[in-house]
Amino acid sequence: MAERVTLTIDGRPVEAEAGELLIAVAQRSGNYIPRFCWHPRLDPVGMCRMCLVEIEGPRGRALTTSCTTRVAEGMVVHTASDVVEKAQEGVLEFLLINHPLDCPVCDKGGECPLQDQTMACGPGESRYVEEKRHFAKPIPISDLVLLDRERCILCARCTRFADEVAGDPLIEFVSRGNDTQVLTFPGEPFASYFSGNTVQVCPVGALTAIPYRFRARPWDLEAVESTCPHCSVGCRIAVQASANEVVRFLGVDNAPTNQGWLCDKGRFGFEYLRSPERLIAPLVRGKDGELHAATWGEALDRAATGLRRVIDGSGADAVAGLGGARSTNEEAYAFGKFLRATVGTNHLDARLDDALGARFLTASPHRAAIDDLDGAGAILLWGPDLKEELPVLYLRVRGAVRRGAGLVVVHPRGNGLDPVAAHSLRYRPGEGAAMLRRLSEGEGDAASVRAALERGPLVAIVGRTGLAEDPGLAEAVAAFAEGFAGAKVLPVTRRGNLYGGLDMGVAPDLLPGRVPAADPAAREALEARWGGLSGGEGEDAAGIITGLGEGRIRALVLLGCDPAADFPDPARAVAALEGAELVVAVDLFLTESARRADVVFPALGFAEVEGTVTNLEGRVQKVNRLVPGPGQARPAHEILEDLATRLGHRIGAESAEALAAEVAEVAPAYAGVAWDTLDRGAGREGRLLPVPVPYRLPLEAPQEESGDLVLHLARVLYDRGTMLQQGGSPAGLAGEPVLGLHPADAARLGAAEGSRVRLTGSAGSAELTAALDPSLAPGTVYLAANLGAAVGPGLRVDVEVLP
Amino acid sequence: MTAGILFARMEAHRADSHTLERYLATGGYDALRRALAEMTPDQVTAEVKASNLRGRGGAGFPCGVKWGFLAAATPRYLVVNADESEPGTFKDRQLLERDPHQLVEGAAIAAYALGVHQAFVYVRGEYARPARRLQRAVEEAYAAGFLGRGIAGSGFDLDLTVHLGAGAYICGEETALLNSLEGRRGEPRIRPPFPAVAGLYGRPTIVNNVETISNLPWIITHGGTAYDAIGPEGSRGTRLFSLSGHVRRPGNYEVVMGLTWRDLIFGEHLGGGMRAGRGLKAWIPGGASAPWLVPEHLDEPVTIDDAARLGTMLGSGAVIVMDETTDVVAAALSIVRFFAHESCGQCTPCREGTTWMQRVLERILRGAGRPADLDLLLDISDNISPGLRWPPAQTTICPLGPSATAPIVSIMRHFRPEVEARVTRGGAGG
Repeated sequence: MAERVTLTIDGRPVEAEAGELLIAVAQRSGNYIPRFCWHPRLDPVGMCRMCLVEIEGPRGRALTTSCTTRVAEGMVVHTASDVVEKAQEGVLEFLLINHPLDCPVCDKGGECPLQDQTMACGPGESRYVEEKRHFAKPIPISDLVLLDRERCILCARCTRFADEVAGDPLIEFVSRGNDTQVLTFPGEPFASYFSGNTVQVCPVGALTAIPYRFRARPWDLEAVESTCPHCSVGCRIAVQASANEVVRFLGVDNAPTNQGWLCDKGRFGFEYLRSPERLIAPLVRGKDGELHAATWGEALDRAATGLRRVIDGSGADAVAGLGGARSTNEEAYAFGKFLRATVGTNHLDARLDDALGARFLTASPHRAAIDDLDGAGAILLWGPDLKEELPVLYLRVRGAVRRGAGLVVVHPRGNGLDPVAAHSLRYRPGEGAAMLRRLSEGEGDAASVRAALERGPLVAIVGRTGLAEDPGLAEAVAAFAEGFAGAKVLPVTRRGNLYGGLDMGVAPDLLPGRVPAADPAAREALEARWGGLSGGEGEDAAGIITGLGEGRIRALVLLGCDPAADFPDPARAVAALEGAELVVAVDLFLTESARRADVVFPALGFAEVEGTVTNLEGRVQKVNRLVPGPGQARPAHEILEDLATRLGHRIGAESAEALAAEVAEVAPAYAGVAWDTLDRGAGREGRLLPVPVPYRLPLEAPQEESGDLVLHLARVLYDRGTMLQQGGSPAGLAGEPVLGLHPADAARLGAAEGSRVRLTGSAGSAELTAALDPSLAPGTVYLAANLGAAVGPGLRVDVEVLP
Repeated sequence: MTAGILFARMEAHRADSHTLERYLATGGYDALRRALAEMTPDQVTAEVKASNLRGRGGAGFPCGVKWGFLAAATPRYLVVNADESEPGTFKDRQLLERDPHQLVEGAAIAAYALGVHQAFVYVRGEYARPARRLQRAVEEAYAAGFLGRGIAGSGFDLDLTVHLGAGAYICGEETALLNSLEGRRGEPRIRPPFPAVAGLYGRPTIVNNVETISNLPWIITHGGTAYDAIGPEGSRGTRLFSLSGHVRRPGNYEVVMGLTWRDLIFGEHLGGGMRAGRGLKAWIPGGASAPWLVPEHLDEPVTIDDAARLGTMLGSGAVIVMDETTDVVAAALSIVRFFAHESCGQCTPCREGTTWMQRVLERILRGAGRPADLDLLLDISDNISPGLRWPPAQTTICPLGPSATAPIVSIMRHFRPEVEARVTRGGAGG
């Protein structure tokens, strides 16, 4: 507990903690001191000089920047004296003399701190008759961000964000004095996954983003607060629309999660919502084998009849469902209830063989919240490259390291967090158990790593480093971490609302509310509400694909799920879909999977429906509706309700809110999560769920497996997925897949940088360009799984150099 | 007239005062030997305190007091500021070029007193020859055992690194210098924390000027009280002045403070009077940052405190003399343009204000001035240095911006009718 002090601001006593910044203390006490360079999430620099105040000292009053002054007992501050007001007016005049004043054509006009503070504190007229500074305007500094140096007031918010927060110091002040400007380095674009944050923190219109440029005026925008749908971090955002079209996402400073920041995939990944490729009417496969537009009645009848035929002919067990990780909790709940209660099957999964055990993800003991990172003495990251898969969690880990946590990274390849890691260890996929043994024994060079981990409290972020890795390894790593006193574990996986989907019981071994399906008491409690259920556990995604291939499963219902693209072995998924008797897809687009379905229902998507979602730490947050959807698209839960009705059952999905109320009743972990509190006050931070059923971690690491060359099948941020590829501006960000080769392996194989090679894996081969990557563990090859090249998720691969 | 502390050796041995051989032959490194062998670090500091030596970089802060602020944490650093860039100042250059061992010895004495084992000399980028001379002296000192491990048979270790700047005036400001030394942009830091608490690489650091440090061997050899006996109270010891402009004998002079400005400018062995028999119009008493003095001040004593009383400073000891033919607007522009060019660009009032003042002065000189420009110039100055008082207040991070207001305030204070004539004759200024 920091020492409390009392200071005097403009004659009023104000209490604060010793060492707080004066500008923040004043603001909290209702005294907003104008500022440009100060940002509560960046280190203060006192450069713009706008926040000058007078502080009484032994030699009289002195002008001081309130953003760099820490409060102390007895401090006497004047924020509105004549001297202060003249100084502030002077600073504003200095900022304006070279500013182009092109507000009528500037995106920032209407939400511009320079405009606002000029109105509040600035001079009434200009005394400047000299020629203004000129720069070429605007210049692109990255694929999505433009820089207008004439508008720039050189507050260094963008450069500090890039350096301090993002760790991408690719923009910097160049030249000096009157020629000072922000620029990229020669030949190096501002290629940062976080570049859009600089646009948001820019206090003028110097940095603008291509997706929003000239699209709207701030006073025409409608907005709701919501939660970013792209990954499982669950960043809080403001969704803004103009003329019923989403035009911008802004980060909201939610202290427990994103603290105002967003990755560029999240920030700019909304244009898909207005893609002309959106489904606007139901589609039904005709006798000609093609999909044709149909009425809702025709399509629902066709799907219901098909499902009834499979259930009657082969049993409810012949039906399976995949999806829910891209849906709201309420949609996922309706999906689970439809499959378990209406259809009567236990074959359902929100995962796609790409995650971790459902019970581990939802109920691992000593579960960490993201905020625990800030108090951590040590952080162990043995999981995906967070910069690629969970970018804002990457920022939070960087922040924790800045606060003094020692970071240990274990990964098969160079990792986004390596530059700030105290220890970065490499291992070959399949040989994780040996690495784990080394760390457990802590001998030799592992001793210092072990010592670093012991400087607790330890937070372990565990997940699959790649899709070729046994998911059991992550659980063994978690068990290892739990051996450290006070350790907490954050099991991570990437996709949107996967945690919410699992929490809603869209998993073969879980009922809604983190309850094991094998628990008879839990099933009984649920049956009281849902009616009779079949016992036992069903098949997971891999089992469902296999079951479809073998004919045991004959019908598949997809809810916002594209196994033909996203299953680690896409060829097997395509074969399963093509061999199925009936495939029903609910989606926004005619995806690779939907185009193989028999009935396709157009669903409403993000910003078109309301609901709740649950992030990777188990935080329930609201998503809200702002715009109508296209054509005849409908909310997924209504579609499922209509389908259930035709099968003689009711889900009770009258509205998302009604579903949420039912979830709060039947799902133990969600008891007391009140829908209407999540949009108000502190409720907007979301609600962190309890972990009701401790999950016993395995003591044994999975068996080791190896080969001459093993595959590290990772994922990159900018992928070939629908949400980016259907959005105009970000579509070009996804790169070409390359095969990463360690130089020693390349030399052995006779490959060089740029060589054409054929990679053959467990389920196919791909021709790729080789890229030498000394950061790989020797004997490991790297492939991004989500850039279109698929060779299967098997560990052993062959590489052949093509002539 | 020359008092003979700093320049004694180079004046007696013009050909080779910079060599180790000559330095040793004239008692060099005896002070260091004595400090290491006979004195504790605290005793060395006590001598410096007793000497009342004040910093020669411009601010005139008592050296011993500054040392007392050095935080206890280790490692800690000593940085010698040899980024002599104030227009009109060229005294450190002569010390570096002609008596570099005096500086090396002084630095070693200071390092011993301060518990420092790594010192730096940050040399102005354009000072190629002084830097070479200093580098040679450092190498000689290492070879002779006055730097490195176990100096002069003692247990004291010191490494001294000579670092060449890249030509930015702002890097003479001590915190910008530290940033530059760390490889960052040369931009002044917000204080607090002061360098003595968190300086180079965030460690406790003392930054002293070349001339300040060069005084230390004499002080240790002769004692602090001997130094304190020289010159008037508050301005003890000798002082180097770089005399330039329209005097007969421009150059560096070592004088005991307390003489008058008339002595300095007109003294037979000093400035020697005005060139070509012209009248004196004004002089800048302490570098381009200092407000100007005019003939009515000629009989004022040259001391730190008397200068402050007159609303100016001795600063870095650069005295720039202007005769009656001087166009004061052009002279002011020359100085303002320098500061605008050298502004680091970090903070708003300096970056924008100095260039604005430059543009207005240029316009006046073009003959396109307006009567309102005089008050505009003063108000721009006031927005950089509120109240236009002495010592200057500032809306800026460092004193560079306020320095640019000194010539504006000076010409308005002493030559306003002349400036007014430039803006009312309309085009006559051509």
